[in-house]
Amino acid sequence: MELTKEEQSALNGEKGDILQTAYRILVATGEATNAEKLIPVNWAHLSGVNYNTIGDSGEEFLRTISQEAKVKVKTTVNPMGIDFDHISEFDHIDDDFIQKQKSIRDSYIRMGVEPTFSCTPYDIFTLPEKDTQVSFAESNAAIFANSLGGLKTNKESAFSALASALTGKSPYSDLRKNQTDTPLTIQMKLDNPNELDFGLLGFFAGKVGDTSVNISGVSEPDRRSCKALCGGMGTSGTCAKFQFTEDVENTEKIDFGKEEMTKTYDELNTSDKGDLITLGSPQLGLQELSDLSSMLKGKSFQKRCMIFCSRAVQNQARNLDYTNEIERAGGEILSDCCTCLTPLINPSETDSVTTNSVKGAYYLKNSTGVDVNLKSLSNIIEDETR
Amino acid sequence: MTRIIVPGRANGIVLKTTNPINFLGAVDKKTGIIHDQKCDIFKKSIKNTILVFPHGVGSSVGAYTIYSLKSNNTAPAAMICQKADLTVASGCALANIPMLVLGDEEFNAIKDGKEIQIDTESAKILN
Repeated sequence: MELTKEEQSALNGEKGDILQTAYRILVATGEATNAEKLIPVNWAHLSGVNYNTIGDSGEEFLRTISQEAKVKVKTTVNPMGIDFDHISEFDHIDDDFIQKQKSIRDSYIRMGVEPTFSCTPYDIFTLPEKDTQVSFAESNAAIFANSLGGLKTNKESAFSALASALTGKSPYSDLRKNQTDTPLTIQMKLDNPNELDFGLLGFFAGKVGDTSVNISGVSEPDRRSCKALCGGMGTSGTCAKFQFTEDVENTEKIDFGKEEMTKTYDELNTSDKGDLITLGSPQLGLQELSDLSSMLKGKSFQKRCMIFCSRAVQNQARNLDYTNEIERAGGEILSDCCTCLTPLINPSETDSVTTNSVKGAYYLKNSTGVDVNLKSLSNIIEDETR
Repeated sequence: MTRIIVPGRANGIVLKTTNPINFLGAVDKKTGIIHDQKCDIFKKSIKNTILVFPHGVGSSVGAYTIYSLKSNNTAPAAMICQKADLTVASGCALANIPMLVLGDEEFNAIKDGKEIQIDTESAKILN
């Protein structure tokens, strides 16, 4: 990879340890993506915010670098593990977790990030103009940006996005040039798919696809389904992009029909009921909260239901009164965290969780260590409310 | 075709798997032991090995796991992959773990359990 004089001098350590480390990461990821140079990005979105995912070494690393490091471009951040406004309602969260999570939050804020604590930056901000180069680490957000947002990003890692935030640069990979090969098409064969079907489709496509896949047989899914597709795809593989298209001549084709759907479902669904319900992985957007509020009219949850959305979306929803009906129905609205790897779900009290999120299901089972009952939102409302 | 993703020198015993690795979920960062039952090196320790695997998958936060392994002295001495992914590349870059990507033939030729040396300066893998 060719570096400019300035980049080379930063890599040599002439601009300090932090930029040297950042450029070392960019060079490695540049080699990994066969990029010939670095190019400017104007938005970075970082993962590695939840203490449950980065642990003590991560907390210490961020505390150390944040004494000096400052982000150079607009930088948003992923969810934390907990919602500090509601922490007193969760007795089982120990002080060590709270202190370490606070330290991580403060380190990011010291570096100058926007404290969004959300996996859905595309629901909070108006997206920049088409073909803008960004650097998104959260996989559902990277796939959304490339596939539906008209932006360009690698499926960045926590460190490659952090390096972009600190330098304003990223390797000029094929994904950034629109030169990605898309040799594979997933043919959607399910009729009237709901958001759960789209999540399963994404999980299936992520497994068989490489960097980019075509999806045919789909007509304008709503945003809830699109987000579920991005979340599922980001969880299972290396895919960074999809396109809805019927123009799939000369591509290999794989069907996603009833059989494939059932097989994917059986891999993720491990229980026929849940002790509690979670909605929101990815975090719910404003329209989803509005829909939920209409669906819950006159009904009440028969068990605990945690609803995750970003702080920004929660504030908007409160102003528009979408939250009244949801809270009256017993829904607990939580922000700055999400279903994935939150310690708010206590595995010593909870055997199984009901959710409509495929991404949530994967991490509930593999990281939180509880069984999962997967069903669509409309089935959750039908079965779990009265 | 050998591509150097993170330069350096290392030697160790090869631990080879045919499964892609999700560092966030599959590895115990305190011990370096693989605790994903679906992985064919389940219960084995990656500490001080030359870890040979197709590529990383899953969460972008896996890069922090690689850094944690290094901080806890439970990291592999080097990693060799068939395909480079950003999580493994950036994790190794920050943790200073040499990382190479090999062509299919060279990748397939590496034998599990063998002691090898890597020196990216001379671009060599010595058996």
